[in-house]
Amino acid sequence: MSDVSLTVNGKRVSGSVEDRTLLVHFLREHLGLTGTHVGCDTSQCGACVVHVDGRAVKSCSMLAAQASGSTIVTIEGLANGAELHPVQAAFKEHHGLQCGFCTPGMIMAATDMIARHPQGLDEATVRAELDGNICRCTGYHNIVKAILSASQTMSKGAKGRAKQAA
Amino acid sequence: MYSVNYHRAASVADAAKLLKNGDAKLLSGGMTLIPAMKTRLAAPSDLVDVSRLKELQGVKVSGKTVTIGAATTHYDVSADEKLKKACPALAHMASLIGDPAVRYKGTIGGSIANNDPAADYPAALLALGATIITNKREIAADKFFKGLFETALKEGEIVTAVSFTAPAKAAYEKFRNPASRYAIVGVFVAKGKDGVRAAVTGAGEDGVFRSKEVEAALAKSFDASALNGLKVPAKGLMSDIHASADYRANLIAVMAKRAAAAANA
Repeated sequence: MSDVSLTVNGKRVSGSVEDRTLLVHFLREHLGLTGTHVGCDTSQCGACVVHVDGRAVKSCSMLAAQASGSTIVTIEGLANGAELHPVQAAFKEHHGLQCGFCTPGMIMAATDMIARHPQGLDEATVRAELDGNICRCTGYHNIVKAILSASQTMSKGAKGRAKQAA
Repeated sequence: MYSVNYHRAASVADAAKLLKNGDAKLLSGGMTLIPAMKTRLAAPSDLVDVSRLKELQGVKVSGKTVTIGAATTHYDVSADEKLKKACPALAHMASLIGDPAVRYKGTIGGSIANNDPAADYPAALLALGATIITNKREIAADKFFKGLFETALKEGEIVTAVSFTAPAKAAYEKFRNPASRYAIVGVFVAKGKDGVRAAVTGAGEDGVFRSKEVEAALAKSFDASALNGLKVPAKGLMSDIHASADYRANLIAVMAKRAAAAANA
């Protein structure tokens, strides 16, 4: 057994789990955070993407014990109370989801993608960067639109903040 | 996944000690090992996690010498500004592995120790004439990659870093399997102080190998046009549902040509 202690969505959590427990199962079954999904279970679909120490990784391909000591953000931790995160808002606005199963992973991957491209994104980059996220409804057009739109909103926001700081 | 005992190593020396437990395996990014354990293709008794060891992290560039810690992730290799100047081909190659989430976890040491016949790093290190540094010795890439998933590593030996001299010119091109995105053929060409080297991944029945034909043609002139009409023998190449040996042989010439063009661009 492993004693696992993490910060998840800003809260300190701990638990004792079998060493073979995957991070996604720890999140879903021990913490009840079922927003993170298990899609393919073979590390291809990306429905399980969460942020571990600021990086978007597949929580089905990592042990909870490996993550111990890390800071984790799941889909449940993105919104600020009732106010949606800009990426969530853009997915809603652009209908970036159909059945919704891949959405948590898409949004967690998208927020990481946008953070890595503060200069902005183009469609080809978004499509290439979505390599590790599969939408079984094949609703990629609107997902790409939503990410491009969120990227614009967020870079405007960042510029606004920079101006205020200056 | 079968039951397993997880250990987080405090140092390379500690990892070497922990590896003596039962049928222990090193765990780095886990992008191959954890999925293999989930499908029970691998069932180590113990996992020794070295991914957080500071001594195994980071890219160092000193003059022309590049050293990359074994636990450096593909993302960190692809984004390293010093490496992008010293050997942009390797940084670019790292940006083509797997997908973004996989690149955040997978490591160079894990990739070469696993030596998957379709992995990208083995081709790069073989073409760069790299040295693989372990906790016990230094091994030339030419002697390190032994066959399918086989390396010169001995029981309990741990890859700690890789090192190479930055080449004057280099590039990597791969033809991906459209579904898995693994290389059906990947060719890394490099023109360095010891001449031209070209290594091929994804195609060989015994894993990564150097292509004599590509090297001989590029040694005459390190230019894509030197590869016009190049014939690569299909002997020793894989045939599977994705591509026949003949098809792969042709792809080697095509990818080598694209790589030579990119190296000169």
